[in-house]
Amino acid sequence: MTLPSSAIAIRGLCKSYGKAEVLHDIDLEIARGATTCLIGPSGSGKSTLLRCIAFLEEATRGTILINGQPLGFEEQPDGKRVRVPAHQIRRVRSGIGMVFQQFNLWPHMTALGNVTEALVTVNGLSRAEAEARGMAQLRRVGLEARARHYPSELSGGQQQRVAIARALALEPKILLFDEPTASLDPELTGEVLNVMRDLGADGMTMVVVTHEIGFAATVGRRIVFLDHGRVLLNGTPGELFAAPRHPRLTQFLETYLDRGAAMLLKPA
Amino acid sequence: MTPRLFELMLKAAGTTVVISVASIGIGLLIGILVCAARLSPRPWLRWPAGLFVSFFRGVPLLVQLLLIYNLLPAIGLTVPSVVAALIGLSLCTAAYQAENLRGGFTSVPRGLLEAADMVGLSPWQQFRRIRAPIALRLTVPALVNEAILILKASSLISVVGVIELTRTAQNLAASTYEPLLFYAVAGGLYLAINWLVAAGGSLAERALRRGRLA
Ligand SMILES: Nc1ncnc2c1ncn2[C@@H]1O[C@H](COP(=O)(O)OP(=O)(O)OP(=O)(O)O)[C@@H](O)[C@H]1O
Ligand SMILES: [Mg+2]
Repeated sequence: MTLPSSAIAIRGLCKSYGKAEVLHDIDLEIARGATTCLIGPSGSGKSTLLRCIAFLEEATRGTILINGQPLGFEEQPDGKRVRVPAHQIRRVRSGIGMVFQQFNLWPHMTALGNVTEALVTVNGLSRAEAEARGMAQLRRVGLEARARHYPSELSGGQQQRVAIARALALEPKILLFDEPTASLDPELTGEVLNVMRDLGADGMTMVVVTHEIGFAATVGRRIVFLDHGRVLLNGTPGELFAAPRHPRLTQFLETYLDRGAAMLLKPA
Repeated sequence: MTPRLFELMLKAAGTTVVISVASIGIGLLIGILVCAARLSPRPWLRWPAGLFVSFFRGVPLLVQLLLIYNLLPAIGLTVPSVVAALIGLSLCTAAYQAENLRGGFTSVPRGLLEAADMVGLSPWQQFRRIRAPIALRLTVPALVNEAILILKASSLISVVGVIELTRTAQNLAASTYEPLLFYAVAGGLYLAINWLVAAGGSLAERALRRGRLA
């Protein structure tokens, strides 16, 4: 059954939009306490897979276990797949934090308000206690001084770090990132990647969809290469990026020379 | 114009303001309910709300007022004309405000709600803490617009016997044979009231600007 070391276990996952199947029979174990980077060409299904893990999309078939607990659908002994109750979905999902490409901060709340919202509204903490915790998370991403600013008053990199603090405030076991730096100016990606690097070093379980090949190669403990809705390759950066390389991966890397892929491709 | 007549005009302007403001307030409350019904997944809520909106937007306010004024006694309710006027204005503005609000709600980016899902906010908590505050902010300019429209449209309620600003000007114009003077004063008073409303709206928008959608 589930390996005790896997934080996320995906079995036979298929996802269709209407008639078009975009994820085909994905089997994947995500290791606990490590950073897994999901890479692949545009349209290969990276976001869809991540969103299925977060249960923001419902998979058409298959199951997902988060720390051994089913999220969304459960397989019964007779093989029937049933939806788990809403309260259970909420409980299992509370162990997962998600960081979006578009930050998705709530514009009418300050940075601190964004971070403390769920602590107060969902977890029922007092405002004082929530703010103490919220400030600690903002400190962690280097934004203590911006606590009272609204999202519209923050740079993209700062907004994304607030979004990370918001996810961290609930003390999730797993953090999911969908292209966290893709809508940032190049000079701002570094500050966000550094925060993520620190989290990885602290032992956070992270699944990162990214086009930052340099980041994936250096921070990713494992690299999963998706192609046309299938897991084509799954291994350590050393295994995947060293020659002889899968031709599809080489082809993919050649389109990302500016994102740190050049160093992987240069002849040894 | 004697001070006494001017005082009459001011009082009438007060009636116009009170009835308009009350209608806008009541209309906002009804509008929120109608909007919620229109956005509901349940067809038996969506349908009547849609009908409500098309009726009150599609029939002239003057006809609505006359209908209500004559309908209420027909079903055995005798109400003062002020109440009939309030009902008419409130229902009419409710239909427009429901549509404005619906625009606000549907403009809340999907991702903001996914973020709320991920931190465990229930649908009701999301409505209260995320969707409604953002939608209301987006609706402020339209609300100010609607307030000004209703203040002007309130001149129609004289048909059900409410003596508001326009009717008072008419009466005084007739009895003093000075139409130009009284209509000019009435126009000036409407302008002043609406200028205040617009100024209040700008203040509100400025106060909310820091929290705008990025
Ligand atoms: N809501 C949707 N409805 C229909 N098709 C969709 C929807 N979302 C995604 N798809 C399709 O599913 C496939 C995978 O999309 P997905 O967004 O997961 O790709 P991706 O790997 O994240 O790409 P990118 O690198 O461009 O973000 C694409 O072919 C896309 O067109
Ligand atoms: Mg994507």
